Amino acid sequence: MTELTRRYGVAVGGIALVTLMALLPLLNISLPGILPTPTYQPGALAMLSLAMVFAALALSYNMLLGTGGMLSFGHALYFGAGAYGLGIILENLGVPLWPGIVLALVGGLAISLVTGAISMRVTGIPFAMVTLAFAQAGSVLVRRNSSVTGGEEGLALETDHVPDWLVGVANTRNLYWATLAVLVVVYLVAVWVDRSRLGHLARASRENELRMRVLGLEPTRAKLVLFVLAALAASLSGIAYMLLQSGTVPRAVSADLTITVLVMVVLGGVGYRWGAILGGVLYTVLDQRLTVLAGSDAIAGLPSILRVPLSEPLFLLGTMFILVVLFLPGGIAGTAHTWLDGRRRGRSHDQLSDLEADSEENRTPVETRQS
Amino acid sequence: MSTFVLVLATGIGLGALYFLVASGLSLIYGLMHVLNFAHGVFLTLGAFIGWEAAQRMGASGWVAFAASILIGGIVGTVFATLTELALIRPLYERHIEQVLVTVGLAFASVALFEGIWGSDPLYISGPAWLDETTSLLGARIPNVYFVLMIAATLLLASLIVFLRYTRFGMIIRAGVENRAMVTALGIDVKKSFTLVFAIGGSAAGVGGVLAAHYTGYVSAHLGQGLLIFAFIVTVIGGLGSLAGAAIASVLVAVLQQFANYYLSGTGDLIVVVALAVVLLARPRGLLGRRPA
Repeated sequence: MTELTRRYGVAVGGIALVTLMALLPLLNISLPGILPTPTYQPGALAMLSLAMVFAALALSYNMLLGTGGMLSFGHALYFGAGAYGLGIILENLGVPLWPGIVLALVGGLAISLVTGAISMRVTGIPFAMVTLAFAQAGSVLVRRNSSVTGGEEGLALETDHVPDWLVGVANTRNLYWATLAVLVVVYLVAVWVDRSRLGHLARASRENELRMRVLGLEPTRAKLVLFVLAALAASLSGIAYMLLQSGTVPRAVSADLTITVLVMVVLGGVGYRWGAILGGVLYTVLDQRLTVLAGSDAIAGLPSILRVPLSEPLFLLGTMFILVVLFLPGGIAGTAHTWLDGRRRGRSHDQLSDLEADSEENRTPVETRQS
Repeated sequence: MSTFVLVLATGIGLGALYFLVASGLSLIYGLMHVLNFAHGVFLTLGAFIGWEAAQRMGASGWVAFAASILIGGIVGTVFATLTELALIRPLYERHIEQVLVTVGLAFASVALFEGIWGSDPLYISGPAWLDETTSLLGARIPNVYFVLMIAATLLLASLIVFLRYTRFGMIIRAGVENRAMVTALGIDVKKSFTLVFAIGGSAAGVGGVLAAHYTGYVSAHLGQGLLIFAFIVTVIGGLGSLAGAAIASVLVAVLQQFANYYLSGTGDLIVVVALAVVLLARPRGLLGRRPA
């Protein structure tokens, strides 16, 4: 019964939060130091939209790492597939936006199905390396074929076939709502995955894959479906990114971005949906604010031994990430859960240690396949 | 024919560079099951400090070149040792978190290097001989490739001697084989963890200085770019296998250079395709051990 009340409370809270977020463009709220402008102006809305895009991407990554226990270093490939896919389709096929989005998602599906199926030949750390290699190949393709992708310059969004209400700074509000919708959709998919048979199977095989096989279940197929779903959610975030930024740069398919997403998820707390969202938002806000701080006069006046590190936002974020991994193994969400709810003590710790148990045990399925 | 020899030689030279990075990765993974994402920044820091040293000593002399290699190696060793002691050791046996910590270190270090040395590449110059070519079977091969090959051969030879004939080497080999058993025999395996990091770091630091001469510049992303290929090499060669890493380094780099030359610059893609093929046909890599 208590579980039911809790779920009910979470659902009500979630709806209230989404409603508040949806109303923000109509309100005049100033958060100096966090938002560049009051909430009804394009500056703040653009930053919040970007934060939500990354929150959606982090959620999709949490499906892989948190639910499936798969440490991928190539998740950016699918984000880039969405962003570049949409851009290339709109520029070359001359189709309207909505069919273009569907086609871009189909592209993301195809790429993730092939690369996922091959990567899953190995598990654990080798899996991480192989996904990294695929993402690298994607990144090379994007940088090399500049006639199609714009190369290092990036690809601008062809706006001829995009509805007017989604184009331009004046319509940032509409883009903001569209991004919010994407985040909600990805969140609902994540909830569904976690509660479905698929999620149970993926979690169970994270704990002990051999046992699942003995029970006659197909953990590999379940994990592939999970991988593809996470990739699709990432592609959707990429599409939102393309529309929001009116273009994309090669960084959208780089290993850098995957690592950024990993930083978001680990900061927020692996295995917690709200942690992933928080991580995505926090990262975006910190990245933007620290960049402003780095350019400020207060920093410029410091001796170089302090000035150089403080003027590199990514150095500060990286250091913070290391500290979280060393001292807060559950991330923000895991630590909060441990503090707030004594009954769930230890869970925050378990998320990552589960993965390790997994990386040890994952060697067993390889044996069974080969013997 | 001469083109063929030239492409082959550049491939072997590049393979030598891959091996300088991959050998450390492979040893560390074999013994500790840690995927060391920070290996590239050991290399980058070695390259930067080596460059600084060479600048101060007059960049075009042989003494400066030798000193920069020595200093690069020392810097790599110190950085790697400190990394093991400060970041890896506290997370003993928690492999995923160890990987994450190295990811964070790489992330933070690259940003710091950009802060210190700027984001533009620093062009370097060495002894003039390095830029000259030597004729071999009609091909004019840049001398820097020979230096790379010699360095990698020396590294491989000394690693083999070290692993075969010294007590620490024996412990490392035994640890790769069955770490629980070595620990049960009362041997402090942790010392060899630090040791493999130090060895890997020194190879990466030397590799950094040589990589800078190979590419002609140092930048904050030098190491992480090479690292991805080193990962591919270690997976293809079989994780934890030193010989596998050596063979795969040369195979991958030669394949890459031939594809770059004869298939209009598709080398990077061909390498990933090769990785996919190896995984489909033989998931444990060329010389990876059959899981017990």
